[in-house]
Amino acid sequence: METVWIVLIASLAAINCSLIGTYLMLRRLAMIGDAIAHAVLPGIVIASLLASSKTSLVALVGAGSVGIVVTLLIEFLHGQVKLQPDAAIGINFTWLFALGVILISFLSKKTDLDPECVLYGEIAYAPLDTWVGPGGINLGPRAVYVLAAMLLVNLSFILLSYKELSVTTFDPAFAATIGMNTTLWHYALMGATSYTTVATFEVVGAVIVVALLVAPPATAYLLTQRLHKTLVVAALLGILTAVGGCYLALWVNGSIAGAMATTAGGLFFSTFLIQQWHKKSPQVPISPVT
Amino acid sequence: MIQRTDNPVVEIHDLTVSYYKKPVLWDINLCLPQGKVIGIIGPNGAGKSTLLKAIMGLVIPDNGYIKLFGKSLDEVRKQVSYVPQKESVDWDFPASVLDVVVMGRYAQLGLFQRPKKLDQEKALECLNKVSMAPLAHRQIAQLSGGQQQRVFLARALAQEAQLYLMDEPFVGVDVATEKMIIDLLQTMAREGKTIIVVHHDLQSAAHYFDWSMLLNMRTVAVGPTQDVLTPALLQETYGGKLTILSKINDLLKEQEVSPRELT
Repeated sequence: METVWIVLIASLAAINCSLIGTYLMLRRLAMIGDAIAHAVLPGIVIASLLASSKTSLVALVGAGSVGIVVTLLIEFLHGQVKLQPDAAIGINFTWLFALGVILISFLSKKTDLDPECVLYGEIAYAPLDTWVGPGGINLGPRAVYVLAAMLLVNLSFILLSYKELSVTTFDPAFAATIGMNTTLWHYALMGATSYTTVATFEVVGAVIVVALLVAPPATAYLLTQRLHKTLVVAALLGILTAVGGCYLALWVNGSIAGAMATTAGGLFFSTFLIQQWHKKSPQVPISPVT
Repeated sequence: MIQRTDNPVVEIHDLTVSYYKKPVLWDINLCLPQGKVIGIIGPNGAGKSTLLKAIMGLVIPDNGYIKLFGKSLDEVRKQVSYVPQKESVDWDFPASVLDVVVMGRYAQLGLFQRPKKLDQEKALECLNKVSMAPLAHRQIAQLSGGQQQRVFLARALAQEAQLYLMDEPFVGVDVATEKMIIDLLQTMAREGKTIIVVHHDLQSAAHYFDWSMLLNMRTVAVGPTQDVLTPALLQETYGGKLTILSKINDLLKEQEVSPRELT
């Protein structure tokens, strides 16, 4: 039963990350997930102090808000200080993560956080943290509810604003000229990224969130030619990554998160190699049109 | 020389735009008439693209105002279509040709509203006008430069606007596409639409445009093409580059070799 829960939690985390990650990749912002996943640490520490439990909704909301602040800071350094975007990301997430580490060592007596747990997560323990309903009924792991709710939010965000998200991603200048607020959509996506990252890294860890945000979308990008298919295939690859990773971990008796990231990378490279191999056979030439 | 016109489609007064405190456009004044194909011509860095961006509200001017159809941009947004340089987007984006053209219909749709069957049909119709209908379901990554420009043109047509602003539509396209685009623009102008095109090939400019604007940070001249593309005004626009200028003069007389990419 525990394995089933782990696979379910990992799949939910992977679907969330893959969907949001597809947009990040197409906007050349893939590394912003990395930045958020690290930079929210001080937010989690402070929120967990205030809420006295790192698992409460307050911690999630608090950390998510810090994530949005991080994207604002990156945008400020890039837009106002004229720093390269990758440098802006690098500066922000390192000092904020370091701030979080210092906060933890200062307040170690008051919190049960440790940076290693934040970086690598421990999905194997996630099923143990269950939600007990009235009358002592075991309603299943809390992470399932958090991630399912997050998925609902992400799905409605993407389905409702599919046209806005796609046009502001493909051609922001054009989107602005037809009256769309490109800044607003950018921050809406950053908000979704922030909450997705915070909700998932609690179970799988910051490093693996990055793997899930980037690898399944990148693989789907190789396989598909239209955005809605890229999103669906990325989500399916996310599930495959989660299931494959869990069983790989069981087989080698190792870290689940590590096995998932390995599976994600493996899927990408095997897809790429199979495609290269296929390309050797001659392709149908594209007919010119006049 | 700045030709005045009644009921201008585009009216610009004292427009100054700068990037990082360095002026790109300085004290631009102009009025452009309806139903014409109008070329904006000038050397590299003259501010041609910036002028289009200022009209579309993509850059914030330091000074001056712009009126379209006598109103502000926000009031007439649906009647204005902007075609960015095709290099400004990532053509490896996962989308079909039709997907991109349907984006032209988004201007008519409200928030969260999805494009309907009618929008798809309209988009297909526009693709037909640029002879791209057979490629409607092809991924945009597989298009040539000329085909990419046709897709952008079809997207603009799908907006069903009255005023079109096009940034360098003839760069990196084949001869057949260039001919097709200019024919289409001239047909649209006859239907009363106004088309403003950023261009830098002087030789073809004389044939393509009803009106021309010479720009080099300031407005050098605006008016009917034959009054504007004169050696004296060209000298003023491309000033300093005398060797190039004598070439331009020769070319304007002989019109044998294309001075393409001369700027």
